[in-house]
Amino acid sequence: MGNEILKRRERLDRGVKVRTDTIYAVSSWQEMFFLLVPRLVLVVGLLSAPLIAPNLYWQKVICILGVFALLSLGFDFLSHFVGLVSLGGGLFIGVGGYMSGICNYYFGLPIALSIPMGTLLGAILCTLILLPTLPLRGVYFAIVTFAYPLMIERAICAADVLGGTDGITGLTMLGNIWFSQYMILGVVLFSTFGLRKLVNEDIGMVFRGVKDNDQAIRASGINITLYKALAVFISALMGCFGGAYLTHLYGWVGVSLLATDFSIFPLVATAVGGPSTLVGSLIGCIILVPISETLRAFGALRIVMYSLILIFFIAYWREGLLNWLIRKYEQSEHWTRV
Amino acid sequence: MNKDLLLRVENLNRSFGGVKAVRSMNFDLFRGDILGIIGPNGSGKTTLLNLITGFIAKDSGKVTYASREITHWPAHKIADAGLVRTFQVVRPYSSFATYKNLIPPLFSPRNRRTARGRLGDRDAVAIDILEEVGFERESAVIHKLAGTLPLGYLKRLELARCLAMTPELLCCDEVFSGLSMAEIASMVPLLERLRRNGITLIMVEHRLRELFKIANRLIVLNFGEKIADGIPQEVMKKDEVRKAYLGEEFAL
Repeated sequence: MGNEILKRRERLDRGVKVRTDTIYAVSSWQEMFFLLVPRLVLVVGLLSAPLIAPNLYWQKVICILGVFALLSLGFDFLSHFVGLVSLGGGLFIGVGGYMSGICNYYFGLPIALSIPMGTLLGAILCTLILLPTLPLRGVYFAIVTFAYPLMIERAICAADVLGGTDGITGLTMLGNIWFSQYMILGVVLFSTFGLRKLVNEDIGMVFRGVKDNDQAIRASGINITLYKALAVFISALMGCFGGAYLTHLYGWVGVSLLATDFSIFPLVATAVGGPSTLVGSLIGCIILVPISETLRAFGALRIVMYSLILIFFIAYWREGLLNWLIRKYEQSEHWTRV
Repeated sequence: MNKDLLLRVENLNRSFGGVKAVRSMNFDLFRGDILGIIGPNGSGKTTLLNLITGFIAKDSGKVTYASREITHWPAHKIADAGLVRTFQVVRPYSSFATYKNLIPPLFSPRNRRTARGRLGDRDAVAIDILEEVGFERESAVIHKLAGTLPLGYLKRLELARCLAMTPELLCCDEVFSGLSMAEIASMVPLLERLRRNGITLIMVEHRLRELFKIANRLIVLNFGEKIADGIPQEVMKKDEVRKAYLGEEFAL
């Protein structure tokens, strides 16, 4: 023991990181590159993905990736910035999809109207049905968000409404694959940067305050339930857009939009990509969706993969990929003797 | 004595199971007063504050604030009306930078009803308020995470969070507890300044010496009941107060 040299890893913020925190960010090209490079890599990477995709199949994968990314962003926002652990992916996708399908099929609205209508009406409906759970603390919100899609699925099948088990077919399709891809990628990028801005605004501090210390928010004369509802609405908007988009991508809406996969996948993607970073959940999707597609041959065994990945990240690497990357990018590390 | 009635508590009751935490509580509070509430541990002081500020439900009774009945209002609505409380166990937003802790109250509907609160730069206002309660303006402390601050700063931050609400009536739940004598000595002038600025104060306290310096009225609780009410020096001479709270040999 006595002659053992103890060492610890010392982390120091890089000078360029500290400078870019302030107005000095515009002091030279070096600082500006430091800020711009990661953002450009993400934006250019995403926007060039459709060009790289070898065939129509992979282009569709990009569309699906966008939908999962929206769900994961919404999950990360709700659970790590507002403190509402949401398993509502299936609910949002399903409600948004059916709403948009109804608008298109029964009311004959064109896509340009049915997608926005489906998104908005779906988000309002989701917020309303989740409203009773919002004043509660704890796991109730997660349970209810998870239970609703299962319930709606059974109800649609049993009552044989909205197309029953077959779903509503013959909806207008988005058609052009390039338009489809860039539409969803545009929304994903807008949501990512929009949410990142939102959580650092003054209203974002209220959202984060609800997670950190909801009693102090009440003591500040702010209605917690109202802000939770607002956060759910934002997250539901993104999810319902995903649902409405999927509906018109396939020209079909059915009970498979209420699938549990939509609820669970965001959880895994966020754990892999790095919780409470927002962009992390997007990166998680970029990694997991293609892997998941490559392994499609394994069928149901893929769920084992998800589970193993989730267990590994939660047990051994809880910071996730992006938090690790940020640390490497912004700080220098070396060993020092204690 | 033509004083302006601010808060009236009538026949307030609350029990937890078989324990009557607060029973048939009555008192009036006038604008500009500093009311001290003291009593042994478990005598219902904090429960009384929780009842007034709406953080727990009342079994029966009536609370009137600024000639409006607030008995059944939710906590956020009461705070919105200007009746603000600190927490005995400090509750910072530990993942925020210290000055960002004041953003939620500055963003509250109460503040945004004023043009200044709606349009001004809230970060700058937050730093001003922190300076007022004794954070050094230029120090790095205000940029540190609130979770890393020592207790003395957290108590001030708690007070600052309430001041950011521009309160009319401020309920302080043991702001002196856990502080060193030097820290307490620096808090006293701050509270006096609040009173001069027109804020009415209710102070639940265990530190009698400091409380008597600022309070002009005292209520003593024991087992949830009010056993004395009046000017501090006179109240402390009463036999039942000495017996219940201070012990027989206490000399002022």
